[in-house]
Amino acid sequence: MASQDILLEMRNVSKEFPGVKALDSVNLKVRAGTVHALMGENGAGKSTLMKCLFGIYKPDSGEILLDAKKVEISNSKAALDLGISMIHQELHPVPHRNVMDNLWLGRYPVKGFGPFKLVDEAKMLRDTEQLFKDLQIDLDPKILLGKLSVSKVQSIEIAKAVSFNAKVIVMDEPTSSLTGNEVEQLFNIIRDLKKRGVAIIYISHKMEEILEISDEVTVMRDGKYIGTWPAAELTTDMIISKMVGRDLTQRFPERFNNPGDVVLRIEGLTACDAKSFKDISFDLKKGEILGIGGLVGSQRTELIEALFGLRTVSSGKFVLNSKEISIKSPIAAKKHKIALLTEERRATGIFPVLSVLENTAIAKQARYETSYLLLNEKQRVADAEQSMQKLRIKTPSIKTLIKNLSGGNQQKVLLSRWLLTEPEILLLDEPTRGIDVGAKFEIYSIIAELARQGRSIVMISSEMPELLGMSDRIMVMCEGRLTGIVDGNKASEEEIMRLATQRLS
Amino acid sequence: MSLDARKSYDFLMQHAIYIVLIGLIIVIAIYDPRFMSVTTIRDILLQSSTRAIIALGAAFVLITGGVDLSTGRVVGLTAVLSASMLQVADYSRRFYPDMPDLPLWLPIMLAILAGLLVGVINGTIVAKFSVPPFIATLGTMVMVYGVNSIYFDMKPNESQPIGGLRSDFTELGSGAFGTGEYSVPYIVIIAIVISILVWVIFSKTRLGKNMYAIGGNVHAAIVSGINVERNLLYLYAIAGALYGLAGVLEAARTGGATNNYGNMYELDAIAACVVGGVSTAGGIGTVPGILAGVLIFGVINYGLTFIGINPYWQLIIKGLIIVAAVAFDIRKYLNKK
Repeated sequence: MASQDILLEMRNVSKEFPGVKALDSVNLKVRAGTVHALMGENGAGKSTLMKCLFGIYKPDSGEILLDAKKVEISNSKAALDLGISMIHQELHPVPHRNVMDNLWLGRYPVKGFGPFKLVDEAKMLRDTEQLFKDLQIDLDPKILLGKLSVSKVQSIEIAKAVSFNAKVIVMDEPTSSLTGNEVEQLFNIIRDLKKRGVAIIYISHKMEEILEISDEVTVMRDGKYIGTWPAAELTTDMIISKMVGRDLTQRFPERFNNPGDVVLRIEGLTACDAKSFKDISFDLKKGEILGIGGLVGSQRTELIEALFGLRTVSSGKFVLNSKEISIKSPIAAKKHKIALLTEERRATGIFPVLSVLENTAIAKQARYETSYLLLNEKQRVADAEQSMQKLRIKTPSIKTLIKNLSGGNQQKVLLSRWLLTEPEILLLDEPTRGIDVGAKFEIYSIIAELARQGRSIVMISSEMPELLGMSDRIMVMCEGRLTGIVDGNKASEEEIMRLATQRLS
Repeated sequence: MSLDARKSYDFLMQHAIYIVLIGLIIVIAIYDPRFMSVTTIRDILLQSSTRAIIALGAAFVLITGGVDLSTGRVVGLTAVLSASMLQVADYSRRFYPDMPDLPLWLPIMLAILAGLLVGVINGTIVAKFSVPPFIATLGTMVMVYGVNSIYFDMKPNESQPIGGLRSDFTELGSGAFGTGEYSVPYIVIIAIVISILVWVIFSKTRLGKNMYAIGGNVHAAIVSGINVERNLLYLYAIAGALYGLAGVLEAARTGGATNNYGNMYELDAIAACVVGGVSTAGGIGTVPGILAGVLIFGVINYGLTFIGINPYWQLIIKGLIIVAAVAFDIRKYLNKK
């Protein structure tokens, strides 16, 4: 295989974002007719590299060569024209249109004279059928896309890539929502593509898959290129140690918390959605920081949202302070003194057009109400100002709109929103995502202090060092199942990665 | 831009609506100095009063990120309801020929309750059944007109305009404190009281804060433990009650009512709100802004007629102002990015 021509080469690609070196002289050489796995932890820079390839980001330095010729890719259309296609992790089809409409979206074949052009439905149907026949996809081109399973939609995306005469196809976590059988179908399509000389860049966290389907493996870590090896020479353990092999560079505050009695016990929690988490049981102690580790698709967010009443469960028990309770809405969760900091700060956290004051006070509003239905403005302002000081939130004033604050300060405002409700249990979903390093340390310090005060914390994190540096215990999930709970002080990254990729059926 | 320039630019942006209002008055006054008189001001305020109450009602819904199309038809319904119960005893086509005279407050309360009921229905359809507000209120708009027309067509009225209203009722619409040039119409006082009440709800109560939060980011509102359903229900209900009050005042002011009263008022209300800085995307809007929006249209209506501009031209000017105001307002949020 090594004798095959190098189709795509990315040479010394670097990309810097304010405060972060996302890519540091990364190299990638992909041969025609092979599957090239790109591996690395969350945040290692895989997606950034692919976005550079696809023209979504412009690299600061470095070059991209296609067929040994230097190319400039300034947008995704240019990438498509050069024969580079990407199957996104989250597919963005138009559900209310049929399969072939989606397939030819933006480039419908037309017929007619001069300015009077009509979409050539017959040609579209013929082309679609031919394409599906070539790729051995068994699908009715006229069925509504919204009625299809994720795997079918994905095969359409692949067909689309092929129809662009793609020479390089990037697949970002293509199997994250597929069943075993569907994965096999996908692999058949991939093998067929290989025979046609297409190069595939395959991004996945699933070790078995990587070893089964790929020819070569490139590992990245912290935005740096670690190396490329033939897949045949690698084992799961070798890949993991290459992915995580480093010292803990980030610093964490010292923790003085002392986990006590069990506060919350979860027994056999199962989501209504069959694809989500199943049969999860664990304890949370008073004053404990319980980390939750796992990869994309491990259903950690879904679990934590169910604990807050945002998602429905089909079975399972919540036992809070030895009493069985039910949590069917955030209102109920709040009553039981549970707070949630969501993963998507912009989408479900902040009220962008409202001030820092309103953003801080909103969850505690009921307790500012006086007997005349009016709010105690003095108390609201005092609380907000105190929060600003305590959490050292940098804002010109509490009247400033929250959208004008930095990510770290927004996150602190959200934390203070929940702290005002005096929660006993804080659920934190990726609390430091998108926050610069300095602010991260401050958030860690706040979390550590809260635990010392005896509050219990559940923290989802995709950053290994953060998980290891902050947690008393770490609970690891894989594909909706709990695969293990380890001691945060003794666990190793390898151990967590192994649990996170350990598939239970 | 220097810091001072930036500050004054921001100030202009934030207060653009008031500057436009004052500018408009100055331009008309230069054109015809007689415009600046106590009578003019009183007339504009008088004409703007019910519109202000309606616009404030509509704002409750707009700020949650919704829109209420039933506004005008609710005004028509409550105008007819209150008028039908407040006719003089010896009026020949009395709606209820044998009914004794009711105390003034009773029909008024019934009419306001009817408006509130429509609001509750709107709120229920939107909050409980998750129907988009545009569609939900489109449905009730049509239904309310139907209900009103059936009532209006009942014997012995049979779709005749309702007239012969009691003087204590019409006095409410046309009477004033004091006499002569410096008198203040009751209806203006009512609008001012309502404005203060709404301002208190918007800025001093939990319901108001929740309204801004729901409009600002409904997902975050749910996560924050706000009972979005219940709050929406209350907000639509208050909006309905305000339309109800406005309908009563319209009947009192004009001394009559038909089932076509209030037709298309929702559009005037929405226009006044957006010109006054209410964001149709939700989460933004203040009472002073909305009142300024109402007054701008009041000044245009009265002022342009006063200086003799063709009413059809007035429509074109109004339309331009709506579009320009929103285009300008949107810039305020765009250039921050």
